Amino acid sequence: MELYAWLFMRVSGIVLLFLALGHLLIMHVIHNVETIDYHFVAHRFMTPFWRTYDLVMLWLALLHGLNGARTLIEDYVGVRGWRVFSLASLYILGFIFLALGSLVILTFQPVGG
Amino acid sequence: MKVTLKIKRFNPEKDEKPWWAEYTVEAEPTDRLLDALNAIKWYQDGTLSFRRSCMHGVCGSDAMLINGSNALACKVLLKNLGENIKVEPMRGFRVARDLMVDLEPFFDKYKQVKPYFITHSVTPEKERQQSPAERERFDDTTKCILCGACTTSCPSFWANPEYIGPAAIVNAHRFVFDSRDEGREERLEILNHRDGVWRCRTIFNCVEACPRGINVTRAIGEVKKALMFRKL
Repeated sequence: MELYAWLFMRVSGIVLLFLALGHLLIMHVIHNVETIDYHFVAHRFMTPFWRTYDLVMLWLALLHGLNGARTLIEDYVGVRGWRVFSLASLYILGFIFLALGSLVILTFQPVGG
Repeated sequence: MKVTLKIKRFNPEKDEKPWWAEYTVEAEPTDRLLDALNAIKWYQDGTLSFRRSCMHGVCGSDAMLINGSNALACKVLLKNLGENIKVEPMRGFRVARDLMVDLEPFFDKYKQVKPYFITHSVTPEKERQQSPAERERFDDTTKCILCGACTTSCPSFWANPEYIGPAAIVNAHRFVFDSRDEGREERLEILNHRDGVWRCRTIFNCVEACPRGINVTRAIGEVKKALMFRKL
């Protein structure tokens, strides 16, 4: 199990490097932050490509961060009760964010053109 | 030159908590720290306790925390330490007395990785042959003297004493990559445990601490890779 977690961190890290750089380039270099509004995002989400791009980035970034936090908790929270509590909170929070984010990306319908 | 040594001392039979003792020693700049410690023990304070045996950087008895870094007292020269030197026992193990720590848990971990040849095949009539290239593959990790400097410099180990530790992994590496050994699978299985190699966070303290210059983090990385390619 730890092996797969370790491997996931490496692979997701490399993929995220490109995804996040791409994201940064589009959102902050090519387009000015001030020009990014609802219409910009709605227009982007018309194509399945950008939905997939954002969905992959959401899953990889969130799971990558969660696994990092899990590692920290396992290393530094020595008391068993606190460890179980911290890990449970982390997993519940992670699941909520993952579900909410995915729901938005997958079911988004532009309103008002 | 005159050097002042601040030594962290603790006698569990007498002291409630560790305390700092200060000694001034007249020494040559080319003397080793161990010479200064011996001078204290022999001429100033016989109660100071530390381990040493060969005094030539081979037996690995006198690893300690010197000016904040793990090193062998018999390998560091006073001229490289300055006039005020701080000496403490290695971190992460119970202090038995002064600069001596209880290494039982350290050797328990070492034994866990089965640091001996395992063979299942029929014993050949003569020796088990190995090419120079095959020998070279694990040459770096044969240098380990089990001083404990790497394991006790590792933050992952400080955080979790259950972690098998760099020294045990180095010694497993020595057999895992030995073409004559046939216990690779069982050894890798032990290291695949959650308190095995995966606790390593590649902090590289072990590489800096190793008095034998072993690239410990690389050895751990190679074991991780071996585990990965075995499963995939």
